[in-house]
Amino acid sequence: MRDEEIREMVESILGDMLSGKDTGNIPEPKRTEVIQTGADGLKERDGHPEDPSACLEDITKVDLRRQFLVEGARDKEGYLAMKAKTPARLGIGKAGARYRTATMLRVRADHAAAMDAVFSDVEEAFVKECGFIPVQTLCKDKDEYLTRPDLGRRFPGEALETIRKTCGSHPKVLVIVGDGLSSSAITANVKDMIPAIEQGLALHNITLPPVLFIKYARVGAMDAVGEVTDADVICMLVGERPGLVTAESMSAYIAYKPRHGLAEAKRTVISNIHKGGTTAVEAGAHASELMIKMLEKKASGIDLKGDLL
Amino acid sequence: MKEELLSVGIDLGTSTTQLVFSRLFIENMASAYAVPRMVITKKEIQYKSQIYFTPLIDLYTIDFEKVKKLVALEYQAAGIQKEEIDTGAVIITGETARKENAKEVVNALSGFAGDFVVATAGPDLESVISGKGAGLDEYSKEHRLTAVNIDIGGGTSNLAVFTRGETADTGCLDIGGRLIKVEKDSGKITYLAPKIFKIIQKEGFGLAEGEVLTKENISPLLKILVEALEQSVGLRQDCPYYDFLVTNHGLKSTQEISAVSFSGGVAEILYHPKEYREPFLFGDMGVWLAEAIRESRLFSQLTVVESAETIRATVVGAGSHTTEISGSTITYTKESFPMKNLPVVKLSSQEVRDGLSEALKRKLEWFFAQEGPERIAVALDGEVNPSFLRIQEYARELLEGLKEVLSAGYPAVVVLKEDMAKVLGQTMYRMAGAEKSIVCLDGIFLSQGDYIDIGRPAAAGSVLPVVVKTLVFQS
Repeated sequence: MRDEEIREMVESILGDMLSGKDTGNIPEPKRTEVIQTGADGLKERDGHPEDPSACLEDITKVDLRRQFLVEGARDKEGYLAMKAKTPARLGIGKAGARYRTATMLRVRADHAAAMDAVFSDVEEAFVKECGFIPVQTLCKDKDEYLTRPDLGRRFPGEALETIRKTCGSHPKVLVIVGDGLSSSAITANVKDMIPAIEQGLALHNITLPPVLFIKYARVGAMDAVGEVTDADVICMLVGERPGLVTAESMSAYIAYKPRHGLAEAKRTVISNIHKGGTTAVEAGAHASELMIKMLEKKASGIDLKGDLL
Repeated sequence: MKEELLSVGIDLGTSTTQLVFSRLFIENMASAYAVPRMVITKKEIQYKSQIYFTPLIDLYTIDFEKVKKLVALEYQAAGIQKEEIDTGAVIITGETARKENAKEVVNALSGFAGDFVVATAGPDLESVISGKGAGLDEYSKEHRLTAVNIDIGGGTSNLAVFTRGETADTGCLDIGGRLIKVEKDSGKITYLAPKIFKIIQKEGFGLAEGEVLTKENISPLLKILVEALEQSVGLRQDCPYYDFLVTNHGLKSTQEISAVSFSGGVAEILYHPKEYREPFLFGDMGVWLAEAIRESRLFSQLTVVESAETIRATVVGAGSHTTEISGSTITYTKESFPMKNLPVVKLSSQEVRDGLSEALKRKLEWFFAQEGPERIAVALDGEVNPSFLRIQEYARELLEGLKEVLSAGYPAVVVLKEDMAKVLGQTMYRMAGAEKSIVCLDGIFLSQGDYIDIGRPAAAGSVLPVVVKTLVFQS
């Protein structure tokens, strides 16, 4: 093609675009797919149906497993069936060599949620509302917590006193909550998980002392609690390091007679407790049964492995 | 951690009776850091019996004593004791299901075959079982398409449609290889199935008992049968006898079907035409039916898939594909298994929202109107991420709705689709008191009209084997 022809073509296309005429050659960018708003969603939310720019739909509410951005796919249904099995960002299409806007924004939104989960604290009001007894590790603030894991496993003297008073001496089972690396995980799950644990234990006539809430807690903090209380079994619910899939994932670390220096292999873990993983209520029911088994076998972690599935 | 279930499948078909033993391997597929997730990871056929002609006393009665004898013989040959059997199914299919003593035979046989071997029948279930036995569910999953399996036995053709591994639809036609039986040497017709007889009369075909069957005189009849099969999968709409030949119902939708596989005795001939040149080898019209199907639109317009099993598809399906296992976080408070033949009372999500206990009471009232309370299973879809408060509501409402069942001394059996059975079961147990028997399991989808059987716990008590069936005995 000669230069002149090209120039002519570009001019005519540009002309068409400027005059708003459909060129037929250049596909319209599909905004509808990028921000899956739809005016319907807006109407209900704040009653400004006449002003579609009033608010945008929350992009983090879009179910990624059902979102499909590939254009002209040969077998969309088949792709979606595979996508249903993974939270990975597949079938996202592309804009040139890059992510599409929807994907880019969503990654950043999810990353922001993860950052928030780490850097924000569990609200004091929430702790109070749940009836937890708050204590704090040796960490003074978030920065120290993040940079000094060792301090997140130990308590100052007065905290130890509170723990002793709250949990009593030699309790059979203790449930404790630590913020860990995600405050959102705690707020999202403990209210449903703890009653399920309590109920499961009650079926075996075990009652729980009040629940401790540990600020700036590492998993090892349960060993310190075990040390001062002489508890048989401790179940520590702790916020997991957030990822891009969810910032609300919690783990339950359960150990038989945790003490300082406990080998990590002696902890039994139920991870991935969140609304897209193991649900909080089922995890609670399962954890209670695990604890009963630990009391029976006087073991946890890999020592219990042979007796469990 | 691994566990095996030994499963038996027995198929009493129109023409043949067979038996297989398979091993189902259960494994925990979750990581060490998660709640266990037990799944059946492998199904292995351990023993295949001979293929027997189904023993009959006369046209209307199955010879139970002979059936029992050959089953006992095969157990012996396989070196398997009845007590070792964990699960399985006796399925009575095709025309045999319509014999006068069919129900008695299949029930008696299920007890004879093992403690938790379920009795089952009905063209819909048979279709699904044979389709899975033929391996078409796997094929449709692997190739991500919709495909139909046609199990052509002696008396019926069972259709099962699978879409990406999921059962999508079933249908059944009264078309089979033994609708006309002949003497092997002479080719003289000895039997004409009732529907065939009517077609012959109406069309004035020169076929009657005592006449010699030839390729010429059977071909107009074959044309009708093949056209009905073509219509059954949507390849034509003009077969005048299609509706007449449908057993109970045809397929609801045929648009997506792009591949077909065949199983049953006729399929064996169909896939291996060179080995079955002799037309009266089996003393019936099967060889010619197979030939006609090979020349039909079924072969020219659909992708033909080789099935994993042909004549054994149904029995393999019964042995390997009837048992599911429940989710791994479940509750049962008493070991009163197996529980057999629990009718399913299903509540829709709408009914649950509108008032679970009321809806349940209403349904049970209707259910118990005749003979008072009996064992039943309540089926719910459940919720994806329920709160503990919601679980308590569910438990309260279920116990309220099941009051009559529980006070009659029957267990509260609740089957959910979503993962919430352990906590719900524990809640019901706490609310109902220790003396009540609660069985709460999830990971199983049930519909109204199904029946379920629940076997003894497997994999160190963490799961329950479940057989879901649609038990329809035609009257």
